[in-house]
Amino acid sequence: MSEPDETFEPRIVAFFCNWCTYTAADLAGISRMTYAPNVRVVRLMCSGRLDPQFVLAALRDGADGVLIGGCHPGDCHYQLGNYNAQRRVLLLKRMLRAMGIEDERVRLEWISAAEGEKVQRVCNEMTEQVRALGPLHLAAVPRREAS
Amino acid sequence: MQAHDGAPKIGVYICHCGLNIAGKIDVEQVVAFAATLPNVAVARDYRFMCSDPGQDLIRQDIDDGLVNRVVVASCSPLMHEATFRRATAAGGISPFFFQMASIREHVSWVTADQQDATEKAKALVAAAVRRVALHEPLERRQSPVLPDAMVVGAGIAGIHAALTMANAGKHVYLIERESTIGGHMARFDKTFPTLDCAACILTPKMSEVRANPNITLWTYADVVSVEGYTGNFTVRVRRRPRYVDEDLCTGCLACIDACINKKAKVPDEWNEGLSKRKPIYIPFPQATPPVVVVDPETCIWFKTGKCPRPCIDACERDAFDFEQQERIEEVKVGAIVLATGFKEFDATRIPAYGYGRYPNVYTSVEVERLVNATGPTQGEIVLRDGTRPQTVGIIHCVGSRDERYNAYCSRVCCMYSLKLAHLIRERSGAEVYDFYIDMRTAGKGYEEFYDKLMQEGTHFVRGRVAGVTDEATTPEEEGKLIVRAEDTLLGAARRIPVDMVVLAVGLEPQPDAQDVRRLFNIGCGAEGFFTERHPKLAPVSTFTDGIFLAGACQGPKDIPDSVAQAGAAAAEVLAMVDRGMVELEPSTAFIDPAACSGCRTCVGLCPFAAITFDHDRNVAEVNEVVCKGCGICVGACPTGAAQQHLFTDEEIFNEIEGVLAYV
Repeated sequence: MSEPDETFEPRIVAFFCNWCTYTAADLAGISRMTYAPNVRVVRLMCSGRLDPQFVLAALRDGADGVLIGGCHPGDCHYQLGNYNAQRRVLLLKRMLRAMGIEDERVRLEWISAAEGEKVQRVCNEMTEQVRALGPLHLAAVPRREAS
Repeated sequence: MQAHDGAPKIGVYICHCGLNIAGKIDVEQVVAFAATLPNVAVARDYRFMCSDPGQDLIRQDIDDGLVNRVVVASCSPLMHEATFRRATAAGGISPFFFQMASIREHVSWVTADQQDATEKAKALVAAAVRRVALHEPLERRQSPVLPDAMVVGAGIAGIHAALTMANAGKHVYLIERESTIGGHMARFDKTFPTLDCAACILTPKMSEVRANPNITLWTYADVVSVEGYTGNFTVRVRRRPRYVDEDLCTGCLACIDACINKKAKVPDEWNEGLSKRKPIYIPFPQATPPVVVVDPETCIWFKTGKCPRPCIDACERDAFDFEQQERIEEVKVGAIVLATGFKEFDATRIPAYGYGRYPNVYTSVEVERLVNATGPTQGEIVLRDGTRPQTVGIIHCVGSRDERYNAYCSRVCCMYSLKLAHLIRERSGAEVYDFYIDMRTAGKGYEEFYDKLMQEGTHFVRGRVAGVTDEATTPEEEGKLIVRAEDTLLGAARRIPVDMVVLAVGLEPQPDAQDVRRLFNIGCGAEGFFTERHPKLAPVSTFTDGIFLAGACQGPKDIPDSVAQAGAAAAEVLAMVDRGMVELEPSTAFIDPAACSGCRTCVGLCPFAAITFDHDRNVAEVNEVVCKGCGICVGACPTGAAQQHLFTDEEIFNEIEGVLAYV
């Protein structure tokens, strides 16, 4: 791999569940924990709502990495959604590898509502990890035909 | 409610939140940017969007026909989404024609660089604008609230909450794990700062619980499952066998005298093991209900099957039932108050203080029992060898305000230490040394109580105690416990020999708080106490509607605060029950029958069995009443037939495009 480009600012889309990880991100804010501005959060009610297409759409639309945050195993507000998310992400990572996309660009983390610090750490780590991987060069494809 | 009226005309409102947002984000730039976005008709900023004039901006713009979709970029939706939905509805359009962008918690408060923050705020605004254009005018579902309520935990908080609701005419199920209600308070002799007798103020309330026809009290019981949703919970409660029929036992205690064990041999948990009980026992004379319990771990009949069981003969009411089995009761309630309390810090975790190693090192709870007239020594302050201590050292903050154990202040220890210092001095005449870090006596009459103690001649030493040792270095120290402490007022290290050490142990979450949290689907903070919905504005609510908190399960607090919180929780339940219905979020799933392939993937995935399969039409259907709106089925649907209101695929795709369009 060539030397990482220090000026490259990765674009990361995050899907956080409403009950644990989104609340943890709020806690990070309330606690004024500064972290990399590269991560943009899309709120879902549950990590189990994550359709693998969301990850693919983010990568296609220009994201260099995707972060998914859900409740710890056993703590899902809807009992099982985080397990579904885990299975989908595992399968998706295999697909991404097959397509020649580094699977480190997609990361799933369990972050409880009390773990504001973990939001800070994971966002920073993810930013650095994707920065080291460099930009994801996918051919620009229009999302859908103009209506 | 008004349906779509032509093309979306989006109003974007950027909040300064004083300097919370405007101090980091260039609001003017964001407004100028928002005005260029597709479908945006109006872009404004205001110092406090949540204020009445801020909300009026939205209402007025809708009223004037300028705007039919609303985006507010301000704090987290968990903070003010409800506020701005109301403002949107006040303008006369569906409250769901609204989307929030969190540029405070997710941007201004967490971003170091001003330009970075401004760019990120723009991205979130763009995402909200793209998303809101697709929003549908949804209807909130209404669901009836069952009239009965449940309180879990019958310490002072649970008792007060149950009585408040019962006195308002509601039926309350009060569930207690121990064999008696009363909780920690029932074990205290006096309460600070008034030195009221704890039993004198608590036991009348305990009797009232028993006498109140609106309360169903189940002791020796715990909750095993909770199903349903706000206003409509089905709770299963396990009632453990006590081998005595509660309805027949009169609490005469003749069986205890008759027990084949002539001597009490079992350490009595109620007295912290400082006295002994028999295998058949009642925790304390005013136990409620006044019903004995057989402990199968120590009862000879249960251990060997060989005992003539004189207890049975002694019972005139024929109340014994050695065949009694665990029972599961199922009840339906509209709301639940959790008042599951705390546990004391385990003093053996700090070896330097010698608890468990030196017999004359006690925890504060043990001393509460020693000073109690119904305790193991009938209120006499004596050491384990029966002698009276001449000098006593009380160590504050044991397990509290210490990064190694619990970083938080347990709030009650300073005051109960002062209370114990007073009682010890009064009862035994001992000299009392009180080792504290900071004296925290905030509360009505608390500082005055501290003054009183100083005047009484209690010796106060300001500094953290390093350790307790029995290694004497001078003749005066021989045979004593030596408290080694820093005296920060003197600027010196001190060694103070005492006969008795009292460790003021802090308050911790119950050991099974995590299990209880999962059972009721609520949250815990990092320290393990249950999390309230909002620390200031919703201190007794949780993130699960219909579940409320009272007392120390939410964090350390004293009796007045626990009672106040219990009253607040009861009021929340009464408001719900009296209103008779709750409004549920419309974020349920739905399935487009035309697109459904009949694969049934969703049916098996739904954790709530809300999806059924219509064999005639070969399509799956969502029961919207049962659906909780997680969207698990939607994420799995291969054809996209399953969708979720407020979180449709298209809405989320648009949001993704938006956050990425302007980095």
